[in-house]
Amino acid sequence: MLCSGGKDSIYAASIAMQKEEVVCLVSVVSQNEYSYMFHTPNISLVPLQAEAAGLPLISIHTEGEKEKELDDLECALSQARERFGIEGVVSGAIMSIYQASRLQRICRDLDMWCFNPLWYADQEEYMASLIGRGFSVLITGVFSAPFDESWLGRRIDRETLEALKAVAARYRITLTGEGGEFETFVLDAPFFTRKIVVESASVTYRNYRGVYRIEKARLVEK
Amino acid sequence: MIICLDLSYRKNSLGLDEFVAPIAAIVKRMGKEARIMHHSGAGAEETADAEAIILCGTALKDNVYAGRMGQFAWLCGCRLPVLGICAGMQVLSLIYGGRLENNCEIGSTGVEVVTPDPIFLGKDRFQVYELHTFACTVPADFDTLAISEKCVQAIRHWEKPVYGVMFHPEVRNEWVVERFLGKWED
Repeated sequence: MLCSGGKDSIYAASIAMQKEEVVCLVSVVSQNEYSYMFHTPNISLVPLQAEAAGLPLISIHTEGEKEKELDDLECALSQARERFGIEGVVSGAIMSIYQASRLQRICRDLDMWCFNPLWYADQEEYMASLIGRGFSVLITGVFSAPFDESWLGRRIDRETLEALKAVAARYRITLTGEGGEFETFVLDAPFFTRKIVVESASVTYRNYRGVYRIEKARLVEK
Repeated sequence: MIICLDLSYRKNSLGLDEFVAPIAAIVKRMGKEARIMHHSGAGAEETADAEAIILCGTALKDNVYAGRMGQFAWLCGCRLPVLGICAGMQVLSLIYGGRLENNCEIGSTGVEVVTPDPIFLGKDRFQVYELHTFACTVPADFDTLAISEKCVQAIRHWEKPVYGVMFHPEVRNEWVVERFLGKWED
C-alpha cells in the first residue's frame, strides 16, 4: 500500500484490506516541497500510522528530482517485494493522470499489479463514507484560495464537509482536494488498532498557503 | 437498466472499484439504473431485461479475459446495444473474429475521428486516457471510427448497435458513455 498519510491512501488501504491481503505500507518522503508525486505535510508521521495499523513500513527518502523520484519509488517497491513478497501495489489516486500513469508504468516494469480503488470515485459518496465509517482526518495543509488559516487542523466531519462542498461549488475545486488545494492526515481508521493523538502542532500560513505541522503525537488505545 | 459487466479475473476484485464503479456512476448520473455483473455469471438470459450492456476495462496486468472467450460468445447473438471499453473492445474484437496485438500504452494520447458517427459528432480530435497491454484488429463486420498514432481507438459494427473504444472514457471523456446510452433512448 503506497501511503502518504493522507485520507485517500488510508481509505484506499481499507478497501484493499476487504479484498486482498495488505502486507506493508510504502512511503516516499520527498525533500522537494513541489513534488507532484509525493510531497505532503506530516509524511514523517506515517511510521506512527503503520504502528497503529500493525503493518510494517518501508520508507525511503528522495531528493524529489522530477523523474529520479520515480526510480526511488521503484526501489522501494522492489524492496517491498524482496521483504514481503508483494505482488501488487494499491494507491489512493483519484483523478491524477500524472500520478496514476507513472505508478502504472513502474508496476508494469516490475511486473506487479497496480490498483487505484478510488479512481474516479463519486467524490461526495467517498467523503461521506470517510466520515460515516469513522475515519478521523485532519486538514494539515491548504494551498489555494479561499482556504484561510481557520481550515488548518480542522477535522473533516459533516460540518466541514458541508463547508468544503460550498467551497468546491464556488471555486471549481474538487471536494477531495485532488488538485492539491488541501492536504490531510489520518489520525484514526477502522483498521487501526490504536489511534493517533496530536500533542502539539505548529501552524504557518500566508497568502492562502499554510501547513499544520504535527510536532508531537502518540498512539493511544481506542 | 444498464448492465456494467466486470471483466476482471475474479468477482469483486479491486478492478471492480477502479474500472466498473466509475462507469456505473456515469450511468447513475444519467438517471438510469446500473447493475454490476461479473462476466462469469452473465449470458443472454441474465441480461435479457437490460437496455444496454457496457463491457468495462480491467487492470493492466489482468488479461485473463482473453483466454475466456467461451464465456463471451453469447454477446455475438445479443441484440442489445453494447459498448466495449478497453478490455471490452478487445473481447468484442475476439468474438467477432479479430485478434489481439501487443501494444502497451499508459497515459494520455490524442485520438482522431476518421469515420463520422453520432457518438463522436463535433469531436474531430480529442485527448484520451489509455491503459492497455493489447490493442486489437478490426473484425470484418466493423468500421474503424477513430485512431491514435499507435492503434485503433474506436470501432462500430456495421449493422448491430455494438461499439468498442480502446481508451477509458470514464477518465475525462464521460460524454462518450453518455452519448452511447443517450443514443438508444428514443
